[in-house]
Amino acid sequence: MSAEVGAFLEAAVRTATPLALAAVGETVVERSGVINIGLEGVILAGAFGALLGGFAPPGAAGAWSGSAALGFATATACGVGTAALFAFVAVRLGADQIITGTAINLLALGATGALYRSLYGAGGAALSVATAGPVVIPGLSTLPLVGRALFAQPVVTYLLYALVPAVWWWMYRTHAGLALRAVGESPEAAIVAGILPRRVRWRAVLVGGALGGLSGGALVLAQAGTFAEGMSAGRGFIAIAIVVLGRWHPVGSALAALLFGAASALQFLFQAMGWAVPYQLPLALPYLLTLAALAVGASVPTRRDDGRRIARRAGAPAALGTALPGGGWGNAPGRRGLSHRTTTRPADAP
Amino acid sequence: MRSDRAAAAAGAIVLPLLALLLLAAVVAALLAALLRLAGYDAATALGALWTGSVGSTYALTSATLVRATPLVLAGLAVALAFRAGVWNIGAEGQLMMGAAAAAAAALAWAPALGHLAWLAALAAGAGAGALWAGIAAVLRRRFGVLEVISTIMLNFLALHALSYLVRGPLQEPFRINPQTSSIAQVARLPRLLPWIPGARVSWGWVIAVAAAVALWWTMRATAAGFRVRLAGANPSAARVSGRVDVDRVTTRAFLASGALAGLAGAVEVTGVTYALYENISPGYGYTAIAVALLARLDFLGIVATGIFFGALESGALAMQRDAGVPAVIVSVIEAGLILLALAAGLWRGSVGIRRVASPVIAGGGP
Repeated sequence: MSAEVGAFLEAAVRTATPLALAAVGETVVERSGVINIGLEGVILAGAFGALLGGFAPPGAAGAWSGSAALGFATATACGVGTAALFAFVAVRLGADQIITGTAINLLALGATGALYRSLYGAGGAALSVATAGPVVIPGLSTLPLVGRALFAQPVVTYLLYALVPAVWWWMYRTHAGLALRAVGESPEAAIVAGILPRRVRWRAVLVGGALGGLSGGALVLAQAGTFAEGMSAGRGFIAIAIVVLGRWHPVGSALAALLFGAASALQFLFQAMGWAVPYQLPLALPYLLTLAALAVGASVPTRRDDGRRIARRAGAPAALGTALPGGGWGNAPGRRGLSHRTTTRPADAP
Repeated sequence: MRSDRAAAAAGAIVLPLLALLLLAAVVAALLAALLRLAGYDAATALGALWTGSVGSTYALTSATLVRATPLVLAGLAVALAFRAGVWNIGAEGQLMMGAAAAAAAALAWAPALGHLAWLAALAAGAGAGALWAGIAAVLRRRFGVLEVISTIMLNFLALHALSYLVRGPLQEPFRINPQTSSIAQVARLPRLLPWIPGARVSWGWVIAVAAAVALWWTMRATAAGFRVRLAGANPSAARVSGRVDVDRVTTRAFLASGALAGLAGAVEVTGVTYALYENISPGYGYTAIAVALLARLDFLGIVATGIFFGALESGALAMQRDAGVPAVIVSVIEAGLILLALAAGLWRGSVGIRRVASPVIAGGGP
């Protein structure tokens, strides 16, 4: 029994790692007032990047034989590149964030699929990449029950352990973090305080892209050991849900990701226990859990004056999803920024 | 007055056509550049794209229009939701549930209903689509759950549900293939052009075009359409006016959107495949987003962009067959077009301007 539970916890942490990386990145992005729906595409690009760097063609040696470290580097680079495209359209040009993100997802799906087929053939045998195996930490890994789950994991998981407190400290204890949160709450106030919101958002989206790419890399190099078309399978969207559940806090996001990792790992537990359920049920569980978690965790139900129940979103950055005032290329307050008194533009739509 | 209307009607037809030609030119250039870059023979590939989409009567009536039918219906679903300020990315899941319900209804009720079986199948499909969208609508209204996320989650759930259905309760009696048995003749939509041999396009195409015209008229000329436009364009103003119950209007638009997507799935089952498969949709619901956006959420324009993407996807399959170019390259084109249009500011005045944070996104509340 305890062996099964130990294996379950180990699988939970392993599957939670990519989700947590992406969710912590998206936390940074959303605290700057940008919602990057294109995270799914960023993760997919990262996964493909991991294949580019981590795949060792049979017989090849030297510069082109891949390694896990190279794979993680190319994964991060691909994630940043994809996020940069999103930032250019959504932050610099000020286009609608949700439409831009949807386009980025479509682009990543098509581009990775087409490149995969033209570079590595139409499929058949799955390509195996240099994998990042678990690194067992002596001593700590012998702790009962959680020892192997927490301390016999790939290096990227340990990176995550360091990253979460680092992001927390940066976000809540430095000027740069304060600027980030200020832009997410009120870009106008940030401008008055001498902060350049567009620059802050650009950087936040790129940080989110790096972590999203790393997440895709972890998926390929530490989990699947191969690339498949569309292998991100909704993890980007789950990560966005995790951010909501974690109340836009890096530690909260990491803990919520662990919950989702556990839900995904349940299928291993089901197998180990020999429970007979349709095999689609454990596969569908993370998505079901996302819906349930969003329903209970995302909002504070309140009653409106007329007695109707409505929901208020708890803890979301006030300027989330809005474009910066002024539009165009301007950044400094004197030019165009403060000509609008609010972030919202008058909608003269049909 | 009369001539103004005639001119407007002509404009409504001519302008999309001109835009379509421009679009085709842009796509051809984009595609040629991409193919060059990837090292394919651009001439062969583009030739295959042409013959496989609009180059022959057969391609037009058996590939392009067949593919355009679900794209137009799902595109209308997306556009209706977006117009109402609802980010329904879940047309794919709603379409799959609609297809499943249509197949189940056709299999169960065909003997009892006789020649009305196809109608029952279409109604069941639309109902299932609305129900599937309804989950996200309730989550949005009661719990403030962002529908972008919930509809995507429901897409994945629909995929797994479909996989379960065609291997479980709905599987064909021999239990060999993961699919249902073929639906009865009375539940099928008849061919639209029976005098052209091999023309697979069904009356589903007429349903799609009729739905587009009906929606266009509803949005323009009825109070309900006006309320939807108002609620989508500026929810706070609509709320302050006191005349529009924004929550109710958007919820209803969300349900109608789901019904349209479900209808797309039902039409696919009753008009094209005649059975339910696991991969009944090659991503129609996702392509539909591009279809709707490129038409600038204009319902008549969606007929044009639907045909355009139907041709593009049919041609891409021919391109994969004859020139070895991966068909997924179409997604790159679709995404490229959306990003280009965003960058060019094409949607200022329709969706691009919708920067006003809705209470659901920003947590403001009324």
